[in-house]
Amino acid sequence: MTAPAPVETLDLAARFPDWVTADARPGYSGWIVEKDKLPDFARALRDDLGYDYLSSVTGVDYLPEGKMEVVYHAYKTTGGPGVVFKVQVARQDPVEVPSLVSIYPGAEFQEREAWDLLGIKFTGHPDLRRILMWEDFAGHPLRKDWREPYFEEEFKPFKSRWPEGKFQMAEDKARLGDNLSFPAGFDPQKKTDFDPEKALYEALRQYQKTESGLETEHLLVNIGPHHPSTHGVFRVAVVLDGETVLSLKPVMGYLHRNHEKIGERNTFLMNMPYTDRLDYLTSMSNNFGYALAVEKLMGITPPERAEYIRVMMAELTRIANHVWAIGFLLNDLGAYFTPMLYAQEERELILDIFEAVSGSRMMCNYFRFGGVARDLPDGVLEKVRDLAFERLPRKVDELEALLADNEIIRSRGIGQGVLTAEDAIRYSAAGPLLRASGIPYDVRRAEPYSIYDRLEFDVACRPNGDIYDRMMIRFDEIRQSLRIIQQTVKQMPGGPIMAVKPAYQVRVPPGEAYGRVEGPKGELGFYIVSTGKSSPWRYHVRAPSFINLTAFGPMCVGQKIADLVAILGSIDIVLGECDR
Amino acid sequence: MSEMYGKGILKGLGVTLKRFWDTYWEDAIWLFRQVTRGERRYRSPEGIAHRASKNTRGIFTVQYPEEKLPVPEEFRFVPFLVYEEGPNGEKVMRCTSCGICSRVCPPQCIWIVRTTDPETGRPIPDPAEFYIDVDICMNCGLCAEFCPFDAIKMDHDYELASFGRSVYDKEKLAKPVAYYESIRPLNAARENAARAAKEAARFATSAKPEA
Ligand code: SF4
Ligand code: SF4
Repeated sequence: MTAPAPVETLDLAARFPDWVTADARPGYSGWIVEKDKLPDFARALRDDLGYDYLSSVTGVDYLPEGKMEVVYHAYKTTGGPGVVFKVQVARQDPVEVPSLVSIYPGAEFQEREAWDLLGIKFTGHPDLRRILMWEDFAGHPLRKDWREPYFEEEFKPFKSRWPEGKFQMAEDKARLGDNLSFPAGFDPQKKTDFDPEKALYEALRQYQKTESGLETEHLLVNIGPHHPSTHGVFRVAVVLDGETVLSLKPVMGYLHRNHEKIGERNTFLMNMPYTDRLDYLTSMSNNFGYALAVEKLMGITPPERAEYIRVMMAELTRIANHVWAIGFLLNDLGAYFTPMLYAQEERELILDIFEAVSGSRMMCNYFRFGGVARDLPDGVLEKVRDLAFERLPRKVDELEALLADNEIIRSRGIGQGVLTAEDAIRYSAAGPLLRASGIPYDVRRAEPYSIYDRLEFDVACRPNGDIYDRMMIRFDEIRQSLRIIQQTVKQMPGGPIMAVKPAYQVRVPPGEAYGRVEGPKGELGFYIVSTGKSSPWRYHVRAPSFINLTAFGPMCVGQKIADLVAILGSIDIVLGECDR
Repeated sequence: MSEMYGKGILKGLGVTLKRFWDTYWEDAIWLFRQVTRGERRYRSPEGIAHRASKNTRGIFTVQYPEEKLPVPEEFRFVPFLVYEEGPNGEKVMRCTSCGICSRVCPPQCIWIVRTTDPETGRPIPDPAEFYIDVDICMNCGLCAEFCPFDAIKMDHDYELASFGRSVYDKEKLAKPVAYYESIRPLNAARENAARAAKEAARFATSAKPEA
C-alpha cells in the first residue's frame, strides 16, 4: 500500500497575485485565473508545481450573470488532491479563451467539445472543429438559451403529465417539421456549397511529411461509420502511405443524444438511471461517480454497509467489463468469438448477481444519494462468495492460459501501438491505458473515495504501453478486483443501507462538486453545479472513453492499417459514453 | 521466441479441448442422473439452475425460448397497476392519482388524469385516466420505488414485442393483487406487514381519547 500523498495547502493567489484570485462564491472552491495569463499559469502549474495531469476541461454557461466559465481539474500523477481553476469571460460572441492544448495535449478533444456544445472559442487550438455535432450544425446545444426540437419545458416534471395528463404521443406533440428551426437565410430545400468534410480532411493533411526516395501517393481512407470493429458507430479517417498510417482523426458523435442537456432538465434523482446508459457495460460504476458528486454537494456519506455493497458492485463491474474488453480485443485481432464467448460466460454469472440485486442486468440504477436502493436479497452474498473465491480465480487463470502465450497475440501485440509514459500523461489517458504505460495512477489510491483506503489491493501496472500489456493489465486488474471483493464479502457489516430517508426530491445546496471514480475504463468524473433548485444547473461527464481517444491518433501514426483496429480494441471504448 | 514456436497456441487449444470435453462429459453425468434420479439437463428447472450456478461446466447456453431462466424477485420490466377485488368482484385500484410516479418518472412517460367530484369540484382519489407510454419507459423502477400506496409495481413479463407503438391504458395496466403477490412474494409480505403496523398505530392513537 502506498501512503496517500500529504495534503499540502496551496495558496495560488499568494503565489500568483496578479493572475489568480480565490473563487469565493459560496459552495465553490478553486481559483479564478485571468484569461490572458491562463497559458502562463498552466505552464507554471505543470512545471513548477507538478500538476502534470489535466483530467477534465469543461464549460458552464452562467446565463443570468452573463458569463461563461471554463473549468479545469488538474492532478498530480503521483497522487493527492487536485487543483480546480477557472477562467471567466463575458457571454458575448465570440467567447474566447486561450487554448491549453500546447501545454496539456489531453485538452484537445475536450476543448473541441466545449466549443461544439457551448460555443467557447479556444484561441490557438490546432484543430478547433465540432466534435459531437456535425460541422454545419447551427447553435451550441448546451447553452442555456438553446432549445431542443422536442422542447417541452425548462425542467422536469412537466406540467402536462398530471393532474390533467391527457395522453399525447411524443411524436404528435412535437411533429417532425414543426419542431425545427433554421438559421436566418437558410433554406433546407436548397443545396449549399458548404462541404462539411472539408475541415476534417484539411486537418488530416497536417502531418509531418517525410522525405523518402520513393515518389508515393498518399491515400485518404474513411473507415466506418460503423466498422471500426463495431465497438459502436464510429468512424476513423486516415491518410495512408502504402499500408502505413501517416495521420488519423477519429470522427464521433453518431450516438450523441445530448446527455448533459437531458441531465440539466432532469431532477437530480432522474439522472441516476440515465447514467446507466453512458457506458452501458458498467452502469454500477457510473452510478457510483454520480452519487459521489451529488453526495459531496449534499454533505452526506452513506452508512458502512452501503459503502461495502457499493464497492463490491463496482468491482464486479470491473471484472465484467475487463473480460468483455479482453474478449473483444481478441475479436479485433481476428480470433473470432471463441475467446469472447469464453470471457462472457463469466460476465453472465456476474450479471445474474446484478439482476438479483438491482432488478436489471445492465441498467442497474442501483445507487441512491446516501446509499443504495435496496439491501442485498437473500442468497446474493453467497453467490458473490462462490464466484469470488471459487469460480472466477480459476476461470481467469484458464482465460489467461488460453491467450497469454499465444504466439499470434504476442507478435501482434508486443511492441505495437505503443503509448509512452510521457505521452500517456500528456494526452490525459486514464485507467488501464495509462497504467499499461507504466504510470501507476489509480483514483482508488491517488485520491481514495468510499472505503478504498482501508482495502488491500495493488495498483496494477505494466511497463511497455503496447497492445499486449494493455491486454495483460486487464488480467492483473481482475485479480486485484477479486481481492477487493473477497475482502468485502468477509467484512460485510450489518446495518442500514441509507443515510437519509429515501426521497424523490432531494435538496442539493448551491455550489459545485466534482466526483470521480476509477471506472473500469478510466477516471469517470461528474462535474455538477447546483443553484439550489431541483435540477442541476450544470451536469458534465468526464468520459474516459472519449478522452482516451485523444491518444488514439498519435498511437496509430507509423503503424500498419491492420493494427489500427487492434489498437482501438486495446483502448476499450463504449460509444454510449464517448458520444453522450 | 527462442523456445518451440506454437507452444502457446497448443496450450490455448488445450483449453478449448477441455471445454469441449466438459460439455459432453456433463451430458454423460446428467444421463446418469436422469436414469437414477429422473433429473434432466435440458428443459428442466434443475438443469437450468445447474447451468446458472458456479458449478456449471462446458457450454452452458440456455435454449431460449424453449427454456427460460427464472427471473429474480427484484427483476423489473414495465410497470403495472395493482388492484384489489371489491366486495362485488369489481376492480378497486390502489392508485389514488397522487401523481408522485408521474413526477418522478425520468422520461416523463406516465400520464394521469385525476378524477374530480362533479359537485364539489374536489379531487377524488382514483385516476380517471392512466397511461404509460411503454416505448418511452426506461424500466428504471423509480415509479414503483416512490409510490406511497404500493399501487404501481414493476412487472416480470418481458415478452412484449409488438408491431406498433405500445401505449398501455388503465385497463391494460391493471393487474390483481394476487398476481403481484405471486411474482414478488417477499416484497408484498413486507409491504403488507408495514401497512398493518401503520393501521394498528392509527387505531391505537384514535382509540386513545376514549381511554
Ligand atoms: S400509482 Fe402511486 S404514485 Fe402513481 S399516482 Fe397512483 S398512488 Fe400516486
Ligand atoms: S419504470 Fe421508470 S421510466 Fe418507466 S414508468 Fe416507471 S418511472 Fe417511468
